[in-house]
Amino acid sequence: MTWTVTRLNWRLPVIAAALCLLASVAAVAQQEGAADRETALQALVTWMPFILQGFVLNLVMSVLAMAIATVTGVILGFMQISPSAVIRLPAKLVTHVFRNSPWLVILFAIMFLVPFRVTLPGGETVMIPDWVKATVGFALPVMANVSEILRGAVMSIPSGQWESADSLAFSRGQTLRHVILPQCIRRMLPPWMNWYALLTLMTPMAAILGVNEALGNTQAAMEAAGSRPEFLIPFYLFLMTIFFVFIYPISLWTRRLERRYAASGA
Amino acid sequence: MTPSEGWTPDQPIVAIRDLHKSFGHVEVLKGIDIEVMKGEVICIIGPSGSGKSTLIRTINGLTPATTGSVTVEGQEVHDDNLDKLALRRKVGIVFQQYNLFPHRTVLQNVMMAPLLVLKENKREVEERARSLLAKVQLHDKEDAYPAELSGGQQQRVAIARSLCMRPDVMLFDEVTAALDPETVKEVLVTIKQLAADGMTCVLVTHEMGFAREVSDRVYFTDAGRIVESGPPAQLFEQPQDPRTREFLSKVL
Amino acid sequence: MLDLIAPFFERLYETTGLNFSPFYDSYDWGRLLEGMWVSVKLISAIIALSLVIGVLGAAAQTSKLRPLRWIVAAYIEIFRNTPPIVQLLFFYFGLGAITPQVDMGGWYEPMIGSFGWAVIAIGIFGGSYNVEIFRSGVEAVPHTTVEAAESLGFSNLKIFIYVTLPLAFRVCLPALTNNIISLAKTSSLAYVIAVPEITYSLSGIWSDNVNVPEMMVLLFVYYILLVAVIARAMTLLERKLALPGYGR
Repeated sequence: MTWTVTRLNWRLPVIAAALCLLASVAAVAQQEGAADRETALQALVTWMPFILQGFVLNLVMSVLAMAIATVTGVILGFMQISPSAVIRLPAKLVTHVFRNSPWLVILFAIMFLVPFRVTLPGGETVMIPDWVKATVGFALPVMANVSEILRGAVMSIPSGQWESADSLAFSRGQTLRHVILPQCIRRMLPPWMNWYALLTLMTPMAAILGVNEALGNTQAAMEAAGSRPEFLIPFYLFLMTIFFVFIYPISLWTRRLERRYAASGA
Repeated sequence: MTPSEGWTPDQPIVAIRDLHKSFGHVEVLKGIDIEVMKGEVICIIGPSGSGKSTLIRTINGLTPATTGSVTVEGQEVHDDNLDKLALRRKVGIVFQQYNLFPHRTVLQNVMMAPLLVLKENKREVEERARSLLAKVQLHDKEDAYPAELSGGQQQRVAIARSLCMRPDVMLFDEVTAALDPETVKEVLVTIKQLAADGMTCVLVTHEMGFAREVSDRVYFTDAGRIVESGPPAQLFEQPQDPRTREFLSKVL
Repeated sequence: MLDLIAPFFERLYETTGLNFSPFYDSYDWGRLLEGMWVSVKLISAIIALSLVIGVLGAAAQTSKLRPLRWIVAAYIEIFRNTPPIVQLLFFYFGLGAITPQVDMGGWYEPMIGSFGWAVIAIGIFGGSYNVEIFRSGVEAVPHTTVEAAESLGFSNLKIFIYVTLPLAFRVCLPALTNNIISLAKTSSLAYVIAVPEITYSLSGIWSDNVNVPEMMVLLFVYYILLVAVIARAMTLLERKLALPGYGR
């Protein structure tokens, strides 16, 4: 009974999108459209480009945050497997703190505690826009999880690999570089992709702190169009659909990779 | 490889003196004395848990000794100032689980260490690797990945990989224990050839027939001590100690 | 209790400028405790709802009715591939706008308040992960064991309750622990619909007293301790349920 949704690759997003549209239409059909007021559907169509523009910022933030998180997370992960306790323990602490704190709290911390303007040693002042701070705020929890992914992948390599490399006189660094890590990359890819998807789904939180991304724009659009309660369902559904259309394929791809790697015994 | 100063081939190439090893409170080796001369083939037999694997791993430093001395070509293995690289070049080891690198081809597995660790010339290493693979009858599998080979084939690659470092001593830790019976023979044949070519070999093994055929001396260990040792004909035909007799009656 | 620690923190404020106002000011103390209590209630309710949904969903996926399996699968995909914060806003503002009003004797209040919607939205979100987790647990129960139960005359429902579920639960405990901890952290999203849980309370305190860093520290400490407690509880549960020889 291995029944999964993956077989309905393209159909489900289409079905979901159709459902959203149906719901919007249903919501719209409930209202009595006065001649001089536009229907919710019309308002949505008018504001769609604006909302999509905001979504671009979500994507930018997610890609940047993922890049930062990967680089720092890998470094942190190496620190966690270091034989030296001086390096290992602080790394473990940092990983633990950022893995076990809510994303929202970390975001708040960065937004409030990092100044909006920094004076460089040369004397110049650099403005740090809100979305940049939000990007760092999103990168931190993913960094901690990438660190754990790396540590987990290294731990899962059988000790026999370390022993035979050691017996062939490889140094620890050489062993990591030529034997252990190449085998780890495969194992790390699906969880890494999973975290990217999750990260992207968290980026709308930036709207709480004033960043003009998709959610912020959706709320602004609803206000600009008159703040009518019948807008809420279609607009939010549309927003969810945008994310769904982007994330679901990534999700499917990740699962396919997982299955392939599990089958080949990686 | 260059032996340490003062060592000459008339001295034992591997000398273990009063070796003790404890893991926490459990003492696994309780005073082992073994001497191996160059070119000799030594087999260590005994029941599980007698410390055989631990013993063989102290020779190349994988398992540090608690007290006692292990020297290879006169060089103390458990010396903090030891040049680990030099030791690992002298002593090769083959494990029960072969431990080939799954992400590299057979040829790459054999070539990796001399290239990266010894930084030797690539063409020389490749030539040597190919001839070693031919010696273990696997020259047609050069570009295969370990997962495509049988257990016996993988074990022979592991032997070739260790040999490519040109060691003076080869250690074998129960190398046929994880293999199907059909493939055990091909590995034993390889080891036999190696011994005939003059390599100093120390084997931990359950293959009594093989031990009798190939070794110069057999050591029987039980509960961390060497109970009895001697030439195979003597140990297997006329065991002196009752424990030896009991063990042999169970396995032969 | 406050009288004991208050002097220390007042002195701390005077000497170092570190303002932990909840520890010497009784109003802020009240806000802190209230926030923590609401947070614990919220998290418990969310976890409970998500577990119920998880079990029902996993059971539904074993059903022979194709449309039922379809609906559950669609539910999972939709809630796992859309932003939880948008889900929450959709439930509270979107669905909240069309829920009936209750006559409170003079004024009308919506039937489900912000706390309720937070539980519903985040519970449904967490439930979608739990369905997957329970499903893989159910699949891990050997088919032969189920057949044996069938041969002994157990009905399908009884098999599920007495054989499949206990075994499946043990298998999926680690993944379940992860999800529960993740839900505890996600509960902080309730802030955006003004549920007075701890993030909301402390944000009130720091906007009154301008002691953002100190309150941030409290917030971090609270969640890290909470996660540690949950993790510990789950480990104890795992140990208590462990069957000798089963698993590894």
